[in-house]
Amino acid sequence: MGKDIIKLLERKALYVRRETLKLHLLSPETRIASSLSAVEIFSVLYYGGILRHKPANPMWEKRDRLIISKGHGGISLYPVLADLKFFPKNELGKIGKPKALLKSMPDCLIPGIESINGALGNGLGEACGIAIGARAKGLKSRVFVICGDGELNEGSVWEAIMFAGHKRLSNVILILDNNKISMMGYCRNILNLNPLAGKFKGFGWEVYSTDGHSVDNLYRVLMRMKVSEIDKPKVLIANTVKGRGVPELEKDILCHVRSLSREKILESIEDME
Amino acid sequence: MNEKKSMREVFIESIWEHMHKDGKIFFLSADFGSIALDNIRKDFCDRFINVGIAEQNLVNLSVGLALEGYKVYAYAIAPFLSMRCYEQLRNLSMLAQLRELDVNLIGVGAGLSYDLSGPSHHSYEDITLMRLLPHVEVFSPSDWVVTKEIAKVSLIQKTPKYIRLDGKPLNRIYSGNVSLQRGFSILKEGRKVCLLSTGYMTHVSLRVVKELESAGIDSGLIDVFTLKGFNPKALYSSLSGYNRIITLEEGFINRGGFDSLIANLLIDNESEIKLKKIGFKGKYIFENGNRDALHKINSMDCGSIKKEVVKSWRKAGY
Repeated sequence: MGKDIIKLLERKALYVRRETLKLHLLSPETRIASSLSAVEIFSVLYYGGILRHKPANPMWEKRDRLIISKGHGGISLYPVLADLKFFPKNELGKIGKPKALLKSMPDCLIPGIESINGALGNGLGEACGIAIGARAKGLKSRVFVICGDGELNEGSVWEAIMFAGHKRLSNVILILDNNKISMMGYCRNILNLNPLAGKFKGFGWEVYSTDGHSVDNLYRVLMRMKVSEIDKPKVLIANTVKGRGVPELEKDILCHVRSLSREKILESIEDME
Repeated sequence: MNEKKSMREVFIESIWEHMHKDGKIFFLSADFGSIALDNIRKDFCDRFINVGIAEQNLVNLSVGLALEGYKVYAYAIAPFLSMRCYEQLRNLSMLAQLRELDVNLIGVGAGLSYDLSGPSHHSYEDITLMRLLPHVEVFSPSDWVVTKEIAKVSLIQKTPKYIRLDGKPLNRIYSGNVSLQRGFSILKEGRKVCLLSTGYMTHVSLRVVKELESAGIDSGLIDVFTLKGFNPKALYSSLSGYNRIITLEEGFINRGGFDSLIANLLIDNESEIKLKKIGFKGKYIFENGNRDALHKINSMDCGSIKKEVVKSWRKAGY
């Protein structure tokens, strides 16, 4: 059983990475490097049974909520949502076209997307509000949030980190896509966030960390976090590589702003066969 | 009649009363209190949250709770609630186009309410900024009677609202019930010149028109308290008998505030009515003094306004 799920997750992650590149081919303004670092995170959340959802009823009251606080990195969620039938798969081929459902920044017109988070630093605060609301309704729903590490430069995130710790919002699970690069270079040179785990611990969070590209590790740690009865908000520092899967992006410190050529995209997809 | 009351106490008391029968209300404060709020804190400690001095998180939390279907009151000092967290407010406005978001932003300290605290605590810009955001209604009451009506409306309307309350207890202006339906109220019918005011300036304007009346100057006065959803047809038709109008606000003029709202109304109606704007003229006030003194420095006191009205009256001819 364990092996089967890992195989499935690996297969699905490969599908998601390829489809994400195809989306970039159709819509070159999408932030491809940021979207590639979160591929395994989204894959494990949805295909690993971590996140409770109902594609036929995206607003199902008992669902777990997911806020993609780094909105620009949410493109890799589209193939997952399409595959799970939140919307027809042919929508993927229409991205960026006039009147298309899918845009380079997710919004809540898209089934399965809860909010609008193009402006960084607001997803965690919204998630805390959702978490309090869900709890007040007696729901067992968890609220997952995907943040980038560069996003942690925003002061509003720390207002929410302090708040969640103080209020012991144990139904909040923050996944930090720790790809270590923001727009103009390495985060550690721009505004050093380390010691990251220590900062979260100091604010009353339970901290987990893993290789964010190992579906095996991600699956195990997210399962642990999901069933944990620790009375604290939880953060997973998922160590990732920006532009994962495309060597040209992986070694480019400015990969955030890069768009790939058609040839490069097709070559990368082929290399993943 | 001259019963002074604090707008926030009246407002919050109405919400507190309603919270007894409505379990879907949350009240959030950015570490800002009131006597009436103590009742909410005591009786509904599970639905009151002091988020700390953190306006950005105040608004983000409110959005989150509203997404879960709750009615939320977010309470803070007006300049900080309208400016510290402007991006979060913009997100609220944007999201409200796609989702029902029942977020009620209660800003206390309209205009120069916090006269002695200096320009950081004055609120000259909030009318402009909040009017700018789509899907957010803006209320600017002049007394606690209107405030009470706004509280009632807030319990029914499930859309974002910014409610700009004065920080000081003020006399009541309205004796009976006042309807918010049209968004304004005619306090005095007149001829030739009409004053249009909002918030605290309605108190000053009332004195102006009363004192001038005995001098034979029969100017009109309209109090505007709904700064977006007012009835433009009704307001314009109330103005159409006048030659000149004067807008009065405790805010910057010529920058998209209350004066612009009226100027737009005139333009939209291809009106020939002349417009004079009274408010702060594009600079912050660092002088020490109470509200009256600061108004005098800025030619917004009763005496200065009377002179302006007389000027307009003369220009208006017969």
